[in-house]
Parts: sequence; C-alpha cells; structure tokens
Amino acid sequence: MTPDTLVSFEGVVKRFGGFVAVQRLDFEIRKGEFLAIMGSSGCGKTTTLRMLAGLEAPSEGVIRLSGQPVNDLPTWRRDTPMVWQSLALFPFLNVRENVEFALKMRGTPKAERRRRAEQWLERMHIGEFAERNISQLSGGQRQRVALARSLVVEPEILLLDEPLSALDAALKVRMQSVLKNLQRETGITFVYVTHSQSEAFSMADRVVIMSRGKIEQIGTPQDIYRRPGTRFVAEFLGSSNIFQGTLARDAQGGSALETPLGSFATENITGLEAGAQATMTVLDTKTHLAAERPAGERNVLAARMIGEEFVGSVATIYLEAAGGQEIRVQKGHDQLAALPLEIGRELFVHWNPADAHIIAEA
Amino acid sequence: MSAHDPNRNRTVDRGLMIYLVLAYAFVFAPIAASFVFSFNSDRFPSLPLGSFTLDWYRAVADDPLVWSGARNTFIVGVIVGVISTLLGFGAAYTDYRYKFAGKQVYLALALLPPTIPVIILGLAMLAYLSRINLSGNALSVIISHVVVCAPFAMAIIRLRLSQMDPALEPAAWNLGASEWAAMRHVILPFCAPAIFGALFITMALSFDEFAVAWFVSGLNETLPVKVLGFLQGQVSPRINAIGTFVFILSMTLVILAQLLLSRRDARPADEE
Repeated sequence: MTPDTLVSFEGVVKRFGGFVAVQRLDFEIRKGEFLAIMGSSGCGKTTTLRMLAGLEAPSEGVIRLSGQPVNDLPTWRRDTPMVWQSLALFPFLNVRENVEFALKMRGTPKAERRRRAEQWLERMHIGEFAERNISQLSGGQRQRVALARSLVVEPEILLLDEPLSALDAALKVRMQSVLKNLQRETGITFVYVTHSQSEAFSMADRVVIMSRGKIEQIGTPQDIYRRPGTRFVAEFLGSSNIFQGTLARDAQGGSALETPLGSFATENITGLEAGAQATMTVLDTKTHLAAERPAGERNVLAARMIGEEFVGSVATIYLEAAGGQEIRVQKGHDQLAALPLEIGRELFVHWNPADAHIIAEA
Repeated sequence: MSAHDPNRNRTVDRGLMIYLVLAYAFVFAPIAASFVFSFNSDRFPSLPLGSFTLDWYRAVADDPLVWSGARNTFIVGVIVGVISTLLGFGAAYTDYRYKFAGKQVYLALALLPPTIPVIILGLAMLAYLSRINLSGNALSVIISHVVVCAPFAMAIIRLRLSQMDPALEPAAWNLGASEWAAMRHVILPFCAPAIFGALFITMALSFDEFAVAWFVSGLNETLPVKVLGFLQGQVSPRINAIGTFVFILSMTLVILAQLLLSRRDARPADEE
C-alpha cells in the first residue's frame, strides 16, 4: 500500500450460494486515476464494483477505502456514488431534485444544496432542464443528470457501471470525451466497469481485464494492447494473431517458437528456457502481406485469403493458414492497393521477429 | 369514422361491438333499473312508470336506522381502508425487498383470504371472535374486513413495486439515504399512486361487503346488512334509493383508484 492508494482489495472473494463470482481479488486503485474494469458478462466486474459500493458483502477478504476497512460500513456511509447502467434516476423528482438528493440526505441546507445543484447542472450543460421531469429528457441528457447527481457531493471516487451502454454510437463517443475531461478536471478517481474495449481503452489510465472472477491483467491500455499477459487477454482483445508452440534455439543461436505452422523467430523471451511451452502474439497491424514469398524474411507464413473488412481508412484482410488457423492483417488502403486481393488466393504473411510478443504459458 | 383499416373485418367489428353493448347491458340493467325505480312514485317496480318522486330518498334520509348503518359503514370503511393499506404495503414491500426460505408459502398465505367462500369466512370469524369476546361490534367488522381487504391492497402495491427499477432503492442508499430515508424519499413517493389506489379500493370493498359483516356485526349493522333487513321485512323502493347511493359511492372510489393507478410517472406534490 502506497500513499497513492485510494482503494485496495485484499484477498476478496464473493460467492453466491455455490457460485464463485469473484475469486481472490488483490489489487489497488490509485488516487485520481481513471481505472476501467473490463470483461465479458459474468466475469465478476460488476460484482467487484458493487462490493466497493457496499451493495454486496465480500464472502472473504478486506476492502479498504483510504486505508480504512469498509466491509462493515453500510452503503449510505461510504461516499462511493455510482452511475448505474439503468441510470436509476428518480422518476417522481425533477432534474434539480434528483441532483439535490444526495445533499438533502446529508442534511445540507436548502439554499446551499440548490446552489450546488445548479452549479453542477450548469457544468453538465443541462441547466435549462432543471425543472423538467426525467421522462422529458433524451438519453444523453439523462446521462448528464446521472453524472451531476453523483458528483454533486464531490466525492473522492465515482463508480460507473456500464453507463454508456444504452446510448447510440455517436453519442457514446461524445460522452466518452465528456467523462474523460470531467475526470481530468475534477481529479476524482473513476472506476469504470464495461464490456467494451473501445470505451475502456480510450478513457482509462489503467485497465483491469477480468475473466471468470479473476484478474487476467492490469496495465495501461498501451501495455495490454502490445503485450497481452495471457492467451485469454490476446484472444479477448482480438487484435493479435496467436501461435502456440515450443521454444527452441535456432541455427543462428537466436530463439524461435516451433509451431505446427512452422518455426518463427522471436527476440522477446526474457526468462524462458528452450523447451518451454509458449504463445506468440503478433498484432494485426504489425503483420505484412506479400504476393510472392519475400526473400530475407525469417517469419513467413503462406495463407489463403478468405475475406476482408473495411473500417474507415484501414482494412483487415482475413486469411486461413494450414490447419484452418485464421490470420488477420490490418493495413491502409494504399498499401493494399498494390496486392492481388482475391478470395482464395495464396498470399504470404510476414512479420519482424521484434514485433512478436511471447506469453509464457501453454 | 376514419379510413377503414384493411386488417380488420367490418362485419366482425360490428358483431363484436354489438356483443359488447349487450354484455354491458346485461351487467348494468339491474343497477340501472334500481336507479330508475328509486325515482318512481309507484310502490312496486312495474311498467309503465308512475311519476317522478324523491319520496323514497326522503324516507331513507328520515330513517335513523339508515343513518346509523351509514355511519357504521363509513367508520368501518375508512379504518379498514387505512389498516388494510398499511398491512398490504408491508406485505408487498417484504415480498419485493427480501428473499427468504418459504417465500412462496408466505405469498400464498398472504393472498389466500379472498379465495375463501365468504360464508365460511364469516362463520369462522364469528366463531373465533366470539371466543375472544370481540364479536357483535364495529371492531369485529373491522377485523374481519381487514382480513378480506388487505390482500387486495397487497396485490395493488406489489404490482407497482414490480414496475420499479430495482436499482432505484440501492441508488438512494448509494447517495447517502439510510434505509428509512430511502423508504420515505424513494419507495413511498414511487408507490404513492398505488397506496392511494389501494386505500380507495379497500374502502369500497368494505362499504359493499355484506356476508362477513352480517355474521359478525351484531347490533352495529353496516348499511348492506341493514338493506337485507329491509328486504326481509317489506319490499320498499327505499332499497332502490339506498342501492343507488351505495353504488355511486363505491363507483366513485373505484374510479378514483383507477385514475391514480393508470397515471404514468405520477409525481406527488412538492413536499418540503
């Protein structure tokens, strides 16, 4: 625990009957960071957030908030406001009353809470809707009300449970920058639970990736993207080509991974012995395509093109190597223009050994 | 009529309309007849009608027995409404909020009383209340009516709670509301339409309830019991007058409840 630590999970386990939702969490949330907890549904991310808010009690372990154990502290004494997936705005109160709610519960005098509510409504650009009913607002406006309602008490930490999932794509992107700026300006620690990689990676300082109630990896988005810690993370992110095999010394005295698709040279095997089982990941942006077998390349793989997908200025080419393994190559359109791209045609995929990342596991 | 909807058959539509009118006519004809004859000067209900008169209403208004019956009915109805709604709310909230072993049994028992034949319930109430010396007064009617009415209140409030976003109450705690504060500032305002609806419905139920009241009321007869007394003694158009009055009162309560319950996103007056 460092002076930077705001929240720590120490050996936290959560069971629902026989089902283990969260198994032995040990991690820390730093003051002022934007932390995203990401995983598919049922991975335990929401349970983790709810335990922090005091809505679920840990079966084992301790959760500390500013150094103090909070396991026995009821939700209403925690000061961990949350933005709910459903937003959970009070339908029988108008916008201003919703925002004032937390202050009213804390016994703030009427004039003061009105002033602070209005300040936050202005800040969220919804001042003009103060007297409206919740049912008269659009999705984006409700989102802002929910944020104002939670932030009006100026907490140290804000919990967000997939708050953008109900918005359309364009609004989602706009709200992401609203959230990121808000977090930067206020310095409030944000803990953001999501299943969306783009939300987590575009906003968070650090990302926690969870699967089956366990943390797979914690790191900056860059770190996780470039160096996935486990095969699961690489597969979950879906932007790497994955090869499995056994490490070996090659003829030049370098290292290579022996896979059913061939032997691929690598330079990043710190701490691994020859003979170890390992997984190699190569980002789809770091793989290259050629029409003829390129001379002088150490990692070359013949594969048949099976499809392509356009996303803005780049395209992803899907290929199938021997044994049915799918290979992805992402390139700009002008780079692809020179290639004979036809479905069923054999092309050569190659990559630089320095761009291959090795994960020490079978 | 606006443009014809090609997905509908005119003949079937017309047939259904006629069926609906006939069904309502069948249901409401006796009540309408009672209403009409309550203003008729003839002593026996027969056609053609005699002249218009308010004599029967006057006779009813002059009868002290009717007034005492009406007073009993009113007092019992209001108290039953309040107690049933309180109990119903408690039962519905318990069902909403908590998971516990035997919850199905709890629910079945809570909703059971209205399914018991009223004669059996009336007899059982009489036997039980007389054993503990509570029979034959207004209190015994109140107790018996609460047994019958509380499940209705529970059903109405339970329905409302089931429409509530399950995150609403935890959201209130999360914003610093204790359980009591969340109850007062979130659950009660959200349920307010259903609570008032339940209050009016249970009052109307109690006003109209005859069988159980007949068994347990003793000398403190409610109006429906009194009406039976009239019928046994003599056939008088006064009954039509009382019937019309009771019908209008009950309908008013039921319609009030309907209005409350069908209002969407109802918002109570600003409390401060």
